[in-house]
Amino acid sequence: MPMDKKKVKLRLENISQSYVVNNEVRDAVSNVSIDVYDNEFLVILGPGHCGKSVLLNIIGGLEKPVEGNKYIDGVKFTGSDKRIGMVFQRLALMPWKTVMGNVEFGPRLAGVDKATRRKIAQKYIDLVGLKGFEKAYPHQLSGGMKQRVGIARAYANSPEILLMDEPFGQLDAQTRIVMEEEIQRIWQQEKRTIIFVTNNIEEAVYLGDRIILLSKCPARVKQIYEINLPRPRNTMDPEFLRIRREVSENTDLAL
Amino acid sequence: MAQNTKTRSNQNNERIALIQKQRKRTQVQNTMLAASGILGFILIWQIAAVSGLVNSRYIAKPLEIVNLFIVKLTDPNPDGAVLGVNVMSSLAVSLSGFGLAVLIGVPLGLFMGWYRGFDSFMRPIFEIIRPIPPVSWIPLTIVWLGIGLKAKAIIVFFAAFVPCLINSYTGIKQTSEVLINVAKTCGASNFTIFRKVGIPSAMTLTFAGIKVAIGNAWATLVAAEMLAASSGLGYMILMGRQFGRVDLVILGIVVIGAIGLVISKLIDMLENKVLGWKKL
Ligand SMILES: Nc1ncnc2c1ncn2[C@@H]1O[C@H](COP(=O)(O)OP(=O)(O)O)[C@@H](O)[C@H]1O
Ligand SMILES: [Mg+2]
Repeated sequence: MPMDKKKVKLRLENISQSYVVNNEVRDAVSNVSIDVYDNEFLVILGPGHCGKSVLLNIIGGLEKPVEGNKYIDGVKFTGSDKRIGMVFQRLALMPWKTVMGNVEFGPRLAGVDKATRRKIAQKYIDLVGLKGFEKAYPHQLSGGMKQRVGIARAYANSPEILLMDEPFGQLDAQTRIVMEEEIQRIWQQEKRTIIFVTNNIEEAVYLGDRIILLSKCPARVKQIYEINLPRPRNTMDPEFLRIRREVSENTDLAL
Repeated sequence: MAQNTKTRSNQNNERIALIQKQRKRTQVQNTMLAASGILGFILIWQIAAVSGLVNSRYIAKPLEIVNLFIVKLTDPNPDGAVLGVNVMSSLAVSLSGFGLAVLIGVPLGLFMGWYRGFDSFMRPIFEIIRPIPPVSWIPLTIVWLGIGLKAKAIIVFFAAFVPCLINSYTGIKQTSEVLINVAKTCGASNFTIFRKVGIPSAMTLTFAGIKVAIGNAWATLVAAEMLAASSGLGYMILMGRQFGRVDLVILGIVVIGAIGLVISKLIDMLENKVLGWKKL
């Protein structure tokens, strides 16, 4: 099914962001317009310091763009929104809270009663494969497990759109591969619209329904790839390798 | 799958039990080392006093101190109060001053660290008060409040207030940006983030501040009691000096040390309760 027949979940319209650094205006994001489809796994790929986090923070309402509009289901919104959840790159768990405490944090803030929020949290703790670790504290967990908690916490807010900012960037190569498989499984079990930011080409081709390739700073949409390979994808498959080569030839990933 | 995760969590529990056992062992070792350290110290003290290495006018034997301790439990001479009264009087002063300092200093530090406007408003006043040595308030408080509990409590307050404020201020300033963002994406208001993220983040340093504060409070108390008091451990020490009773002076010092130790252990226990997640 061609993508343009799908329902647009999130629309970004001419988003630009700049900062004043040492009395100079520095553009971080320049005129980015993206349509994100419902329940799509969208990957945003770009070199380091190109403005990926800035763009994601704008979508999540953590910062305000100097220009541009955001729409969910065709309705304009500003700032942060309950329908958007976020998974962060690192240090994002509260060290004084257990796995359960971290995952139920959102529902708790929302005033959900204890029994209900425990049930919600348990569901997503199970989903990310952390059953049995509810009472563990973050410093007792490995990097991969911490990210699983981060994912469960984002899900527990029942968002419609999940933003993930290089969630596996801090993990070792082995764990990263496992987590890439896991996030795919989780998404297939609990479909949400995911916007996944990475600077890793293989990760992008492995995970994305589409890849939005960004240019060097300031971030601009350089190219959009549609990847129609069946999941789970085989990274040794000739078609996979072909797409991967095509993307990398077009990318300025000077890391 | 369920089976698998079950064994996994069992293994986890066994591991935790093993680590806790090892930790207990080192704890016992540490306690024994500490006890033998104290015993060794008392032994050297006894030897120094008995052998005449130190003039007996300047030092009392450990056993004499124990004796005096028992006598002072019921005998108000020569300073005018039995030991219990002196201890209670000192505790009343230091705990009220210290308690007030924690009650005011910690929230003030947290609010100043979180709300920039409030920080700008409070900072000049604080920066003026901060460098003033607490004991230099003594003459003023005597004029204002006499030599009662209130006067000394205020001096203790100034000594304990500064570390409470500075540490909780610094602690909350160090709140992780990412954790704040996590709460923001959960739709939390600034005040909710302050309570749910800022304050817990600040707890480690806040406790460090409270520990410094209790030390300061106790130290300043003795100074205050030497200048403006009619009872208390500091006053007892002062009287000991005036009557040439070295044993009374030493008894006062030992009791002050022992109470200080008990208080800091109590604070440690509270800290363990609040920051228990760090262990394990
Ligand atoms: N608050 C800010 N003030 C000034 N410059 C910023 C700010 N936030 C981001 N930048 C700059 O914008 C650029 C893009 O940053 P970022 O989005 O974090 O990159 P990345 O693509 O690696 O996530 C960087 O050069 C960064 O220094
Ligand atoms: Mg980034």
